[in-house]
Amino acid sequence: MSSKTQNNKAWWLVAPVFIMVAFNALVPLMTVVNYSVQETFGDNVFTWAGVHWFQDVLHSERFHSALLRQLLFSGIVLAIEIPLGLGVALTMPRKGPWVSVCLVLMSLPLLIPWNVVGSMWNIMALPDIGLLAKVINGLGIDYNYTRQPVAAWFTIVLMDVWHWTSLVALLCYAGLVSIPDAYYQAAKVDGAKTWAVFRFIQLPKLKHVLTIAVLLRFMDSFMIYTEVSVLTGGGPGSATTFLSIDLVKIALGQFDLGPAAAMSLIYFMIILFLSWLFYTLMMKNEDA
Amino acid sequence: MSLELQNIVKRVGADTHIYETSLKLEPRSFNVLLGTTLAGKTTLMQLIAGIQKPTSGKIFFKGRDVTGAAVQKRNVSMVYQQFINYPNFNVYDNIASPLRVAGMEAVEIERRVGKAAELLRLGPMLKRKPSELSGGQQQRTAIARALVKDSDIILLDEPLANLDYKLREELRDELPKLFADRDAIVVYATTEPNEALLFGGNTATMHEGHITQFGPTSSTYRKPHDLLTAQVFSEPPMNTAKVEKRGNQLTIFGNQKWPIGQAGSKLPDGNYMIGVRPYNVSPNKDGKALGSFDAEVLVTEISGSESVIHTRIDNSTWISQSHGIHALPLGSQAKLYVDIDQAMFFDANNRLVS
Repeated sequence: MSSKTQNNKAWWLVAPVFIMVAFNALVPLMTVVNYSVQETFGDNVFTWAGVHWFQDVLHSERFHSALLRQLLFSGIVLAIEIPLGLGVALTMPRKGPWVSVCLVLMSLPLLIPWNVVGSMWNIMALPDIGLLAKVINGLGIDYNYTRQPVAAWFTIVLMDVWHWTSLVALLCYAGLVSIPDAYYQAAKVDGAKTWAVFRFIQLPKLKHVLTIAVLLRFMDSFMIYTEVSVLTGGGPGSATTFLSIDLVKIALGQFDLGPAAAMSLIYFMIILFLSWLFYTLMMKNEDA
Repeated sequence: MSLELQNIVKRVGADTHIYETSLKLEPRSFNVLLGTTLAGKTTLMQLIAGIQKPTSGKIFFKGRDVTGAAVQKRNVSMVYQQFINYPNFNVYDNIASPLRVAGMEAVEIERRVGKAAELLRLGPMLKRKPSELSGGQQQRTAIARALVKDSDIILLDEPLANLDYKLREELRDELPKLFADRDAIVVYATTEPNEALLFGGNTATMHEGHITQFGPTSSTYRKPHDLLTAQVFSEPPMNTAKVEKRGNQLTIFGNQKWPIGQAGSKLPDGNYMIGVRPYNVSPNKDGKALGSFDAEVLVTEISGSESVIHTRIDNSTWISQSHGIHALPLGSQAKLYVDIDQAMFFDANNRLVS
């Protein structure tokens, strides 16, 4: 005796989202999957290649070194940006007129388009006219990022720290201001020192925010393309050729669609796995 | 071992949070700060604790000037409205934290934590983290932390406000017992007059940065010096109206005539402000000296065996609180009786005159 109204109108309301997601995520992804298991010589002629491209990529020296560089880059960037961002957030004022000044200044780097960031640092670091290069050379250090791998790495890391530390700082700041004043007072009454307040109140309270910050920064730095591409183009040699840059070289430079597709899927899996790993590790003690 | 505030003033920028205030808290006393939000209760507590410094005035403890002394030097403990515990410590470590900071021996720490945990019935929860506790247990942990060290001053800033009804009742019963045998000055801030009455001790009524009156709770309640104190110390709010006294008659609400009653009988003729507590206004005619009025019913709250009727009369709201269920329909006219013997009379300066 159910008198439940049957009404399928709701499907029409979610349909636009389905179509959007299909066009901007599912269809391209499936195209890549499609390419990754086929061989083509152009003219829209495809032949079945099975897992051949995946084997190729996984055994390629070039992929290994690009992956290593990518991991090293993300590692360095995280090791600098997370503590630095946290440190900046701790020193930012909690109230008063300087709050908005700080917030606006902090968000400026985040508002600059990525290729502009690349160009800015490119010009800054150019050995003949760049301010940064002039200063470093003026200090007596030989610095030329177009020739020295170490200089190129230094410049890229510096650029990324400049560009993204604000994000970590802003996230941490949001976490910090959400800690009720009473915690600090309680710690004061207990006689806790600044370090103890940080270690036993601020850090535990910032756990979730820091997890988000690490995840965001890891994913972004692992996928970095535009800035590096503009700044060094992957050079000198292949010193700063990260996975994304290598991928574009294979896909658009050499037009090897099969290997490129296989590589992007492997790349995607690595990011997915590492993100899961980070999240699980950082949240491990939650239910313990 | 008394605590004395002398002419304390606290200003922040252009705002005055505490106007000139003097207060003397006796050793081993239980003191309630009663007032609405923003009355200055928390500020006063923080001044006592030393978390804030007064703009002017002095604070003496055991006769020694501690005005500039840091929090750590004052041996105070504090419990807040929010449940403040160290998030990644378990209950045991939380309770032990002030003792560890003080560098106490492990054996003594264990003994004291065990005792505090037993008092607050936290025994089975010692290994749990605050996030795994109910609100009541979290607050018990915070209270245990305040109890565990031998503080000279224990400050409780609305500790029950964030708890649900049952837990609040439970903890409210336990609190005075916990502090009874302590050699400490206890200060308890609350917005609820009923809490002050339940705890007894002394009560300071606060209003917008002033202490309007300080003294034994029952006398502050029964003999408020002024209208403001009476209003702060009344829940539901006290009913007030302008009255004119002529001989044995009161004129109230413009043209209604009431008998004078015992309270006002000795007053000289003239204009007064009358204050009547809601439980002296009833839909039942059972008092001796009775005034009555007809008013429009705004809302009726019935809680179990008690009815609170809000009415509108002569552009002001009068509230009746009485036993029994009086389900008066909204908007109807009701006849209410007032026990004038229990009324308070205030003069033109709002001072209690009878």
